[in-house]
Amino acid sequence: MSTDTLATAPPTPGRRRRYSQLSKSDKVWLSLMVGIPTVLHVVFVWLPALATIVLSFAEWDGIKLGTWQLVGFRNYWTIFTVLEDKLFPALFNNFVLLVFLSLCSAVGMLFAYLLDKGVRGTAIYQSVFYMPVVLSLAVVGFIWKSVMFSQAQGLFNLGRDKPIDFVGNAEKIFTIHLPFLDNPVGLSKNFAALLIAMAWRHIGYVMVLYLAGLKSVDSSLREAASIDGCNEWQSFRRVVFPVMKPINVVVLVITVIEALRAFDIIVALKQPVGTSVMGVLVKNNLVGEGGGHVGVGSAYGVVLLLLCLGFIVWYLVNHYRENEL
Amino acid sequence: MSSNYEKSPSPSEVGFSIMSRRNLLAGAAGVAGAAALAACGSDSKTAATTATTAAPAGTAAPAGTDAPAGTDAPAGTDAPAGTDAPSGDAVSMGINEAPTAGKPYDSLKAAVDSTGLNVEINGVDHNTFQENITNYLAQPEDVFTWFSGYRMRFFADKGLAGDISDVWANLPDTAESFKTASTGNDGKQYFVPFYYYPWAVHYRKSVFADKGYEIPTTKDELVALATKMQKDGLIPFAYANDGKWPVQGTFDILNMRINGFQYHVDLLAGKEKWTDDRTKAVFTTWAELLPFHQENPNGRKWEEAATALEKKEAGMFYLGTFVASNSKDKEYLDDLDFFNFPALDDKIGADCLDAPIDGFMMAASPKNPKGAKALLAALGGAAAFDAYNGVNPSNVGVNGKVDTSAYTAVQKKSSDLVGAAKNIAQFLDRDTNPDFVSNVIGDAFASFHTDPTQIDSILKSIEEQKSAYL
Repeated sequence: MSTDTLATAPPTPGRRRRYSQLSKSDKVWLSLMVGIPTVLHVVFVWLPALATIVLSFAEWDGIKLGTWQLVGFRNYWTIFTVLEDKLFPALFNNFVLLVFLSLCSAVGMLFAYLLDKGVRGTAIYQSVFYMPVVLSLAVVGFIWKSVMFSQAQGLFNLGRDKPIDFVGNAEKIFTIHLPFLDNPVGLSKNFAALLIAMAWRHIGYVMVLYLAGLKSVDSSLREAASIDGCNEWQSFRRVVFPVMKPINVVVLVITVIEALRAFDIIVALKQPVGTSVMGVLVKNNLVGEGGGHVGVGSAYGVVLLLLCLGFIVWYLVNHYRENEL
Repeated sequence: MSSNYEKSPSPSEVGFSIMSRRNLLAGAAGVAGAAALAACGSDSKTAATTATTAAPAGTAAPAGTDAPAGTDAPAGTDAPAGTDAPSGDAVSMGINEAPTAGKPYDSLKAAVDSTGLNVEINGVDHNTFQENITNYLAQPEDVFTWFSGYRMRFFADKGLAGDISDVWANLPDTAESFKTASTGNDGKQYFVPFYYYPWAVHYRKSVFADKGYEIPTTKDELVALATKMQKDGLIPFAYANDGKWPVQGTFDILNMRINGFQYHVDLLAGKEKWTDDRTKAVFTTWAELLPFHQENPNGRKWEEAATALEKKEAGMFYLGTFVASNSKDKEYLDDLDFFNFPALDDKIGADCLDAPIDGFMMAASPKNPKGAKALLAALGGAAAFDAYNGVNPSNVGVNGKVDTSAYTAVQKKSSDLVGAAKNIAQFLDRDTNPDFVSNVIGDAFASFHTDPTQIDSILKSIEEQKSAYL
């Protein structure tokens, strides 16, 4: 109705002039505000991404520009056959990470829910859990390596006659034989130890996000749910959780991103055997001292990019379909 | 001192702490003398006198007095060094130590200053320099620090290093074997060696004396000694592999002792197979000796293993002579000694070892080629090393005329050990493609230490992945 009145009401001449003036400066500001980030984004994100794709079909030692030559799918053939003992364990570790961090997200949500109930000393708990989040994963790695895991003075090794080598022991906890691989992939003990260190940080991160989310849930909704006879679980599952959808989406995205980009903690620990992930493979081949295998490194990068794109496409499709309903 | 080395560190970078105050003063005097030399300009005679007068001020200084005395050999013979140096264009130089690194940087700077040339130094953190070397070489300084071996030849082959064959005419006192180690695949020289340090079995003299241990020279003696140590409650060998490079030294020495130097070189050059029975024999012996080593090396830093040796928990430690660089305990440092790794096969003997050489290279197209070559010639001279040694006495100088009277006991012994060796290898990651080592060998050796029964599948995996690198 209001749009109708606006459309039919004849605008005064003065008003129209002002309108068009504003529109002009608006246009300038808008094009600046949209244009600059777009240019930056294209130059620093899309061009390198495209270059990575192109380079993944090339052989180049990374030293002199112009010395690279296209070699077709040879780099992909190399990483999927010759370097299979590198690629598949790394992919498997990324997958394990995804599953594990999802569990951590659930735990973080539980913590947030309990703290939101107003447990005594909430602020203290919040600070304790949130503390690790301010540290970068590389720092988390250093802390756990020297304070917790060290064979000589680590807390986890205090009072043990035979210290456990948390960082170096690549023995597999379980293995899976993939039909196309000679050597089985599996979760090694030191990667499991790293997972614990990562959980220490991830749980706090997710907890804070959900705490903020829970605060924004209208308390009348819960009252209504309890009046309608919902128990605790039902009220959470059917009312609170769906209302927090924006937070759920953020946490989902963070979890997936963290799982796929995991890199810093492993490199900080000097890449113990058995803990390799895709990001590490990319880095090792791109910045190698012997000049690097830019083609092979880019091929690893493209595999990682496809995994990310797969998730993004899946997410967008689901998101829009739900919104249509 | 930071100690996160991705690659084998040189002793200079871990910085021996065996320097006395006296040496420090001497080093300072050396630097002072060198500075005077630089300041005094074109007339090298006046410079020399200034420097000699400066030296006594620093109290009985070997480096101080030598710096000017030794100059005539390299710098003096080279005309540009004497004439354009201070007034001419500056030579830029990249050093793989940051100015904040302390002794490693200061000692290199002392060496550069001792040349009296006009040099602009750009000091970069050691690991950063190494990791970014390929980018760095796109626009390098005229002269830069680097390592000998495959790592040198690789850049020479790529056309990223300058031919400095004519500089070698000014290095008459440097042995032929070092010239060979500085020669690229095309027969030209690309490298000026500066110092080296050997890998050997370190032990505490007091422990060996107390328990009546003898230095082993054969495999049987080694095993007998190790067994005895275990009975005495000692770990025979301290052992570490954090960063995945320390056990590479053990592999090198086992391979050289079991299969000889030539096989070692051929294997690393990719001419022999990792799945060969001879390579397998190395791993079988390694697995046999593992029970004599500290358990779980993968998660232990070499510094922690060195502490086990220091605390007398372990009897021996096979490592480079930088083993004690973290200790300040004078008693321990005096007690520390080393011996050559024993022969494992009588027919092969024990006449080769790892002794990595560090030195300098020139950019492919330096801005000041004349100055760069003059600087390289001067750095290859005895005076430059003496100045270096005055600040950081830990490595052995390459030049035959260096002042050995300033050497510590460890340096003297290192020099004798390497001098007696018939063949010298560099180190696994210097003798073959370093990417192959960091991406394939490092993981493979670590897996071997996790499960030594998997030798076959590990070697098969190495051989398969080798094709992507060599």
